Amino acid sequence: MSDPDREYDSAEENSEHRVDRRSLLIGGGLTAMAAVAATVAGSSSGFVERLLRDRFEELSPERKAEILDELEREYSRRFGRDVEVADTAPMEGVVFGYGLDIARCVGCRRCVYACVNENNQSRDPQIQWIRVLRMEKEHGIELAGSNAYYEPAEVPEPDAFYVPVACQQCRNPACVKVCPVKATWQEPDGIVVIDYDWCIGCRCCMSACPYGARHFNWADPVISSEELNPKTHYLGNRPRPRGVVEKCTFCIHRVREGRYPACVEICPVGARKFGNLLDETSEMRYLMREKRVFVLKEELNTQPRFYYFFAT
Amino acid sequence: MLKDITSFVTGSVRLALRGNRWYFAWIGFLGLLVLWGVTAWMQQVSEGLIATNMRDQVSWAFYIGNFTFLVGVAAAAVMLVIPAYIYNWKPIKEIAIFGELLAVSAIIMSMLFVLVDVGRPDRVWHLMPIIGSLNLPTSLLGWDVLVLNLYLILNLVIVLHLLFTGYHERPYNHRFVVPLLLLSIPAAVGIHTVTAFVYAGTAARPFWNSAILAPRFLASAFCSGPAILLILFQILRRTTSIEIKDEAISKIAELMAYAMFLNLFLFGAEIFREYYSNTHHLIHTQYLYSGVDGHTALVPFAWASLICSVIAFLLFLFPATRRNLVTLNLGCLLIYAGVYIEKGLALVIPGMTPDTLGEFYEYVPTLSEVRVGAGIFAIGFLVFTVLCKIAIPILQEPEDRVAGAA
Repeated sequence: MSDPDREYDSAEENSEHRVDRRSLLIGGGLTAMAAVAATVAGSSSGFVERLLRDRFEELSPERKAEILDELEREYSRRFGRDVEVADTAPMEGVVFGYGLDIARCVGCRRCVYACVNENNQSRDPQIQWIRVLRMEKEHGIELAGSNAYYEPAEVPEPDAFYVPVACQQCRNPACVKVCPVKATWQEPDGIVVIDYDWCIGCRCCMSACPYGARHFNWADPVISSEELNPKTHYLGNRPRPRGVVEKCTFCIHRVREGRYPACVEICPVGARKFGNLLDETSEMRYLMREKRVFVLKEELNTQPRFYYFFAT
Repeated sequence: MLKDITSFVTGSVRLALRGNRWYFAWIGFLGLLVLWGVTAWMQQVSEGLIATNMRDQVSWAFYIGNFTFLVGVAAAAVMLVIPAYIYNWKPIKEIAIFGELLAVSAIIMSMLFVLVDVGRPDRVWHLMPIIGSLNLPTSLLGWDVLVLNLYLILNLVIVLHLLFTGYHERPYNHRFVVPLLLLSIPAAVGIHTVTAFVYAGTAARPFWNSAILAPRFLASAFCSGPAILLILFQILRRTTSIEIKDEAISKIAELMAYAMFLNLFLFGAEIFREYYSNTHHLIHTQYLYSGVDGHTALVPFAWASLICSVIAFLLFLFPATRRNLVTLNLGCLLIYAGVYIEKGLALVIPGMTPDTLGEFYEYVPTLSEVRVGAGIFAIGFLVFTVLCKIAIPILQEPEDRVAGAA
């Protein structure tokens, strides 16, 4: 399936990044000394800013552009094709919400694989941001008895229904709170993102997430050149290094350009809905008004922007 | 002053490099273990954490369990400092410094366990205040990094001051050391409380999300830390001229009995709540003690831990058995084993099994994880041995020291 010669070799990428970062760190150390001297002399402006410049969130637009350029050149070289790394900003007046019609979902897992292809998840070892849980009709919604590894001859099965789960894009995200290095945060449009070049891989966020939405790169992620989606976003589907956490971003590279997430587009039964929660005329607001929605594990007060409902 | 420091350093190095056959055999053994661990760790660095059996479902396991246990051992130094310096209780005061040496070694081990657990060891500097981006006040792991480092520095300063003044046969500076020692008491409670809060604050994991987790951590730590010291004290008084009175040893054992009682009581309270309310959250406790649907990997360990703790409690409770050195040492071993399992495997793994979506992934460590763990313990024992080797002659009476050097 994949051509080993052209496989994504992230170890190489990492070592280059590391060198870059180390030199910045040394630079930071010098800056710190200069700043200490400046503080002693009575002025400390720009001290923290300069030291923290390596966190993407706090970079200047010029430095961001430089980094995106570097990444594009690097990925393009490695995959032997043009790769775009954007950092498309959130749109004003937009907060994204997601709706999933459990009554319609047939458990075909097309969303799982569309997501893998769209978002450049590792093929070996496999990482999947969407997990489709099979539940017994007899028991109703019950995570404890659910099964993500169902393999019947055909779906839907008469005695079962399916509940796909991915990042719930919580308003009150436990994962962001626990991160010890501010490598993950919530964007103004509600999407919780990760800076893969800042994450230390401690996996606190994975302990804190009640939805199993976060996934770790236990080994070097492998994607072949043909499989790579070259249209990427820095905070989303760009190729990840080993040893960091990743998760669903509502297809940040698509939705910020007014397109649907890949899982919404692929769903053959229209079980997946998406829209702007701030726009009263959006499909999301319509279904929240006209249907009865609920969220998973509401007692944890995570306040997901991912709503489930039964429309039929 | 500079001359004093150089002579202290060279003197210490000389003390560490000198010893009998047993000393070098022990150092050599630890060195081999370190090598065994370091080679496994290098393999892990080149492959990634796929070399472990941790996966997305059980994303913390053996390493973080050991980290948690060792923070408890470090915190337990306070067990000796409180009676020694607050109540000015002479027999323990002379030996309290070993508690601090143990704390230093345990903190180093616990930090190494975090280092081998992170996916990007090259980026741990992001955790450093100011040059990194420590996420305070919301991240408990952030606080843990801070308090563990402060505790390490505090204990190093105390220990170095005591050894430095002792080496030059001067009295230690009371007004400098005593406030630091007093500060080390809340700091010790602090490191273990913050470590407990890393778990207890996780609403997504009902097994950890308990208000009595921090008290349980403290109670069990006050058993396991002194257990190591009691055995060390008996070795010291046989092999050196340091006097350690039976009275001091049985006093510590008595304090351990109280701590173990509290630990078992809190455990019982947790078990009652889980089984009587019988909610979905019970499944984690069931996985630990009886297994669920054939998943029983932890069951023998869980029961072994409980049985060890109960027997040790009884041995330390009755004056006759805690004064008898054979039963006392048996009790120490049982406590150590009991708490090691309780704060390691039996805390971290059932918290994540089944995972938040109900999946059972049954974790058992790989040989590689065990090797890395053994290597870290060997580094810790190496540090502790060398520190003790330096401290013992300095603490001995001057005439003994001359005799020892001759």
